[in-house]
Amino acid sequence: MYSQHTFLEKSFRHLLIWIMIAIALFPVIWIFSVSLNAADTLFGGYRLIPKNFTTSHYQELFSVPRHPFGLWLWNSIKVSGTASVLTVFLAALAAYALSRFRFRGRRTGLIALLLIQMFPQMLAMVAIYLFLLNIGRYISWLGLNTHAGLIMVYLGGAVGFNTWLMKGYFDTIPHELEESAMIDGATRFQTFLWIIFPLVRPILAVIFILSFIGTYGDFLLPSILLTGTEKYTFAVGLRLFTMGPYATRWGIFAAASILGAFPIMVIFLSLQRFLVSGLTRGAVKG
Amino acid sequence: MFLLKIFFLSVVDALGIWAGVGFLFAENWTVLIGLIIGLLALNFALLSRRAYPLRYLLPALFPFFLMVVYPILYNMSLSFTNCGTGHRLSKEEVIAHFENQYYLPEGSERYTYQTFRNPEGNLILLLTSQTTGKSYLSRENVLEAVEMGYPRFIYEAGEVSQINGYRRLSRGELFQILGELQQLSLKRDGETIRLVSLNEFRTYKPQYRYDRKEETLTDLQTGIIYTPVEGTFASVEGETLQPGFTVPIGFQNFFEIIKNPQITRPFFRVFSWTFLYAFLCVVTAFTLGLALAMFLNDPYLKIRYFYRTILIVPYAIPAFISILMWGGMLNTDFGIVNYLLQNLFAFKIPWFQHPIWAKVALVLVNLWLGYPYMMIVCLGALQSIPRELYEAARIDGANSWHQFKEITFPLLLISIAPLLIGSFAFNFNNFNVIYLLTQGRPPIPGAQTLAGATDILVTYTYKLAFGTSGARYGFAAAISLIIFVIIGTISAVNFRFTRRLEQMGEEL
Repeated sequence: MYSQHTFLEKSFRHLLIWIMIAIALFPVIWIFSVSLNAADTLFGGYRLIPKNFTTSHYQELFSVPRHPFGLWLWNSIKVSGTASVLTVFLAALAAYALSRFRFRGRRTGLIALLLIQMFPQMLAMVAIYLFLLNIGRYISWLGLNTHAGLIMVYLGGAVGFNTWLMKGYFDTIPHELEESAMIDGATRFQTFLWIIFPLVRPILAVIFILSFIGTYGDFLLPSILLTGTEKYTFAVGLRLFTMGPYATRWGIFAAASILGAFPIMVIFLSLQRFLVSGLTRGAVKG
Repeated sequence: MFLLKIFFLSVVDALGIWAGVGFLFAENWTVLIGLIIGLLALNFALLSRRAYPLRYLLPALFPFFLMVVYPILYNMSLSFTNCGTGHRLSKEEVIAHFENQYYLPEGSERYTYQTFRNPEGNLILLLTSQTTGKSYLSRENVLEAVEMGYPRFIYEAGEVSQINGYRRLSRGELFQILGELQQLSLKRDGETIRLVSLNEFRTYKPQYRYDRKEETLTDLQTGIIYTPVEGTFASVEGETLQPGFTVPIGFQNFFEIIKNPQITRPFFRVFSWTFLYAFLCVVTAFTLGLALAMFLNDPYLKIRYFYRTILIVPYAIPAFISILMWGGMLNTDFGIVNYLLQNLFAFKIPWFQHPIWAKVALVLVNLWLGYPYMMIVCLGALQSIPRELYEAARIDGANSWHQFKEITFPLLLISIAPLLIGSFAFNFNNFNVIYLLTQGRPPIPGAQTLAGATDILVTYTYKLAFGTSGARYGFAAAISLIIFVIIGTISAVNFRFTRRLEQMGEEL
């Protein structure tokens, strides 16, 4: 349905796309500009290239102990990193069993997993909150306001879907490799660890990155489960920069946004080709 | 290897049984049952040859059951209770709380005291009754009568200065441990003695007695008898004691949604807006995404990969950041969007003050966030449509509109429909956009509940449970149960659509 276009048609299309690009990029450029503007207000950003250029907002982020920005970012990386690594490992183990072994209840289990997974875990937020509150009475490091508790919640929520995703990938890998390794005397677990695991690295990387980005961007659960400022993740902390005494000071918020968003943006854009396949299999965002 | 396994298992089992006995005495049945099932599964997996696959599955199943299955079930049971502020504890906990309350009767025995501490930080108290003149020494919170000539006492200037390695504390040091002293409740012949002022301890009496058989709580000071009524202890005159406790209340939470007019109306506003919002999000994002995908799929378009990468940018930024960013940009008085509108068209839009405009803002921001996903997905689907179809259509004389209407769109829809439904379900619960942009505001005038004009069901649930004006866990759980049912229905429709279940049956 496409054909060579006339000059007019071509320019029209380019124009439309450029308008769209302007809309897509405008907030990013604006926030960048505000973060470097000494005026430190929403007003300040109206000139895209600020007249009074400053990096003081970035410095203030790391120097004022009232808002431990560096700590929040580190908390986010810690929580998301740990949860994602564990998700990948646990899901890979489970997916391997579901893909390679034949046992009673396997089919029922797979279908049950899929059905339960349809219900978003975060809808049970009240129950999760009260549950962690109760756990905390017996196991204090797993209760409310602990990173371990939050990681555990994420782990439970991510493991089901990713097991399914990985099982599909494992199914495409021929059995012969493992069989020959087992003839050479390798145990089941050894074949999993030394043969399958290296082979499925691409999907492991995709799942790692996607679940990292997913947990990094979660606001709801940490806002319920983490109560102390020093435990906040970046998502919960960043919101404080738009409230109270900061409501009229956008420089700080802008600087924090840039630092928090940029690494994720770069990773996502540079790996988009690999990530897209994982995304279109059902993980939805936005 | 085998020995290692046995060793590991016995350690875990020992710990488990130890914890289990603890839960048994605490009468915490849910945890106990969970623990037993977990332990049995672990033993079975590691010991039985037949359960070999379970060894791979168990690590994933553990967090899955703990943090997904159990919370969902717990949530369901919560929705049939009155759990919330003032009704958070179980009945047993509330009774224990009341049995730990004491009151100071008129003319009760007074004691002066001295405090001694050993190098490890342990405390001993020496109490002297003002009424009888007798002295008592505390040992593990129990007072024992003691003669002042007790051989372990070391006197200095007529006062006891040391007991058995415990040194007397000065008044200054006493201040530092005052908190600890206030916590003490010492027992003597069934009486309870507690600190009343810096100078003295006095005999207290327990204020309540609970009769397990009659289920009555008696206030021993006033003689009023309380009985449990709908989760609170209440007297015949209607006086109630706080805190209350959690009791099952059947379908009352659900009835309240239907029957209480001050809740019903806002609830149905929230309910219909949730559907409308999710629908608008999907339609707008899909339309724009598809249009862009059609442009970018044009093989004659130069640098289309570059365009594609740039257009994905909104998707690459973590959503919570861009939502907060948009919140600033749309600020009515200081935001850049209104600034531009003012200068170009000489008007401002009350983005977050007017319910309709707040809704427009939400859909627009969501469009900015969501179109790249639709674009990516549509690009993929467009590329899978065979070229020959278009050639055949062109030979038959179809123009490009016809080609789009008859070939592209229907074929596209087949592969995209499940994703559209998935996206609907996602936006149905899109907490971040609503909460971080408007927090559900502006408020609905005259509504008795927390629901604002732009609240969707999830944010409403969140506000009910974790909002500023008291926690209504039971009611919130009831609403999330309603969402569960809706989402379940949508997913079921989705399955029917894709026939994934049937296919799966063959594949597995």
